[in-house]
Amino acid sequence: MAERAAPILEVRDLAVAFHTLAGELDAVDGISFDLDRGETLAILGESGSGKSVTAAAIMGILDSPPGFVRGGQALLDGVDLLALPEGRRRDLLGERIAIIFQDTLAHLNPVYSVGWQIAECFRIHRGFGRAEAYERAVDLMYQTHIPDPERRARDYPHQFSGGQRQRIMIAMALALEPDILIADEPTTALDVTVQAQILDLLIELRNARNMGLILITHDLGVVAEIADRLAVMFHGRIVESGPVGEVFADPQHAYTRRLMSAIPGRAPPPVRVATKVVGAAPLLEVRDLAKHYEVTSGLMRRRTGEVVKAVDGVSFDIHRGETLGVVGESGSGKTTLARMLLLLEPPTSGSARFGGEDLFTLKGPDLLHLRRRMQVVFQDPFSSLNPRMSVAEIIAEPWSIHDGVVPKAERADRVVELLDRVGLAAEHARRYPHQFSGGQRQRIAIARALALAPDLVICDEAVSALDVSIQAQILDLLKSLRDELGLAYIFIAHDLAVVRELADRVAVMKTGKIVELGTTAQIFDRPTHPYTQALLGASPLPDPELMAERRQRRGIGIQMVKNG
Amino acid sequence: MGAERNAAAVAAASPRSAVRMVLGLLWSDKFAFVAALFLVFVAGCAMFGPLLLGDSATAINLRLRNFQPFTFEHGWLYMLGADSLGRSMLARLVVASQNTLAVAAAAVAFSMTVGGAFGLMAGFLGGWFGNIVMRLADIIMSFPSLLIAVVVLYMFEPRVANLVLVLGITRMPIYMRTSRAEVLEIRERPFVAAARVMGASSFRVVFRHVAPTVLPTLTTIAALDFAFVMLAESALSFLGIGIQPPEITWGLMVAQGRNYLNVAWWLAFFPGLAIMLTTLSLNLLSSWLRIAADPTQRWRLEIPRGRDG
Repeated sequence: MAERAAPILEVRDLAVAFHTLAGELDAVDGISFDLDRGETLAILGESGSGKSVTAAAIMGILDSPPGFVRGGQALLDGVDLLALPEGRRRDLLGERIAIIFQDTLAHLNPVYSVGWQIAECFRIHRGFGRAEAYERAVDLMYQTHIPDPERRARDYPHQFSGGQRQRIMIAMALALEPDILIADEPTTALDVTVQAQILDLLIELRNARNMGLILITHDLGVVAEIADRLAVMFHGRIVESGPVGEVFADPQHAYTRRLMSAIPGRAPPPVRVATKVVGAAPLLEVRDLAKHYEVTSGLMRRRTGEVVKAVDGVSFDIHRGETLGVVGESGSGKTTLARMLLLLEPPTSGSARFGGEDLFTLKGPDLLHLRRRMQVVFQDPFSSLNPRMSVAEIIAEPWSIHDGVVPKAERADRVVELLDRVGLAAEHARRYPHQFSGGQRQRIAIARALALAPDLVICDEAVSALDVSIQAQILDLLKSLRDELGLAYIFIAHDLAVVRELADRVAVMKTGKIVELGTTAQIFDRPTHPYTQALLGASPLPDPELMAERRQRRGIGIQMVKNG
Repeated sequence: MGAERNAAAVAAASPRSAVRMVLGLLWSDKFAFVAALFLVFVAGCAMFGPLLLGDSATAINLRLRNFQPFTFEHGWLYMLGADSLGRSMLARLVVASQNTLAVAAAAVAFSMTVGGAFGLMAGFLGGWFGNIVMRLADIIMSFPSLLIAVVVLYMFEPRVANLVLVLGITRMPIYMRTSRAEVLEIRERPFVAAARVMGASSFRVVFRHVAPTVLPTLTTIAALDFAFVMLAESALSFLGIGIQPPEITWGLMVAQGRNYLNVAWWLAFFPGLAIMLTTLSLNLLSSWLRIAADPTQRWRLEIPRGRDG
């Protein structure tokens, strides 16, 4: 490695605390790190580890009160940012450090065109005239590879896709040519193929401008893909740091090791003994299922004749005890598919037979009976439980809908049994959903789904909102339930690694169609459809060497030597 | 696994301890506690006042016309002074509370239940029914409410029942619109979808999941509306088409006292104060109720008060 010049950002013993009802709570507890020019430092941690609070403290955008900086320094070229008076600090921050966030829609003003918003930086900080500032804005949009920037600069934020909005945020952040860019979960809300493009862009711009890049993320794959050095945060402390390759190859701290082992899809997919009885009729047969929306326009809702095909002729079978993974990017129709099978939305055409009965023509008591056999676990564990009902009420609700499944007197006992089954304690029954963490809530949702002893559970992105280690626990739970109860799953996810972990067969969806359907091994090891190949190629894997190799193929080399 | 013991813990708490819990929650918000005490007192006045003081309220004593308040030379009945016919203010206030509360409570309850139910259905069913309900709300709102009241009460007899009906109907659109807007948002939440997947009927979804979420908003509006209805009633009474003398309400007392403001301020002041305190108490209590009824907020009442919570 070349001789190291003085780092551009030095953080020393930074401590941030929050005033809470239970007294002062340390969110960041004395952390130190350096950042060089042209280097990418990844700060990795799960929710609540203090990684975003660190960024906010450096940027001076901490929610204060209740948050406050308890001590430490953040030296930018030797000047302590934390000790500067407010005005000086604001000047420095815009010019030298910039930040981008995960939620782009919330950080762009919906009533101004994006060109105007980017130009605003130049008008305020540089005092440029209107026309010149606008020209610069268009130029920045060009640099961040937004197609047709002259025309698109006049558009408003909602007219851009998520990935393009992130490009606009990056353009804004780079307007004043900062030395440091902090990216706080910049690609978490994006599809894998888009994520790969944004990460490429970040690296390209970092190299071109010789910036320091701090990447805050929970995703080990993203770290492996673009970071040079890694700092792992846990409970407000940096528990381990070093070059990415070294940390991945030989994690020292117990927490890091646990994280690495929790990564889904790292182990070869377990060979399950096929539970499928040869010749038995499938549990669910879906044939040519389609959902089309007619596009209407104007006040009178005139039909324009245009049709959006959310789901466009999908067919598959599921047998008892089998898990079908459905993968696809946002807008591929996988959630619409689930909603149709759950009878939350009527299909436009096609059929589905569940246990031999036509799903879409059932009515009355027959339908109610069928409902018992098919349940759902949704993505967002925060909104899928009624906040005004206690856990016992939530889990017992199916029994009051379906009379006679569990007699009233036994319900309390059965609730405790179910809680025990999903790894919660009996005393949790009297609490309310908000008193639980995301992973625990997802366990409650699973308990509710199991209450009616269904044959099929549809998991719609059931682990996507969870931290890696929690994700691993929930996946383990789903696996053991499957093996013990003989459940069949339709497991919908955008995360390929998660699907690989659980599914027996995988269906890859794109624009409403299943483009490839095969066993998990086939799809992951020998994908035949170009889209599947692209999807697999774009999803970051937690293996730095592999990622560097892949990147080389895409023609963007990571600059390994700094200050060159 | 010790399931029996656990199940016992899971079983619903007895009603007795539920009452204690509510009282405990009330005690932890001192303002709401005082407000509740005041409302109990006013309700007591409304129930038993006319029985005890009915005669004193109508006894005319011309020697005590516009008698000053805060003196005891003519006994405690006259401690708040006397009106322009020398009737005891205290007795009149207590007796008037019955009509005032009955009219306001009935009108508010009517508009909240009917308006809320319509809004709930409009939001849940949507379609042409929802459209009709919303246009109905628009029509009611585009008419000045007092004008409707004047027209209706002029045509029909100005009876208490008519008054309640008119006041109730003119205040309905607020509940219709608020509950519809909330329902539109709540019915898209995953927990409603989860209930549907379980096989829950629309009836169950509305009353078990949607209505309890909407209700706190409606009760808060109702508490605010209580004051408006009391004042609207007084305006109508002032115009002579509301409550008819010798029946009295606080609003009517304010209206009658208006003529004497420069010589006897207390004629309008005390009934006005009664209206204000009742409304204030209702507001304090409703904001307490909103917190106490929400499991995610209840901790604010359960923790001991430290710094500004």
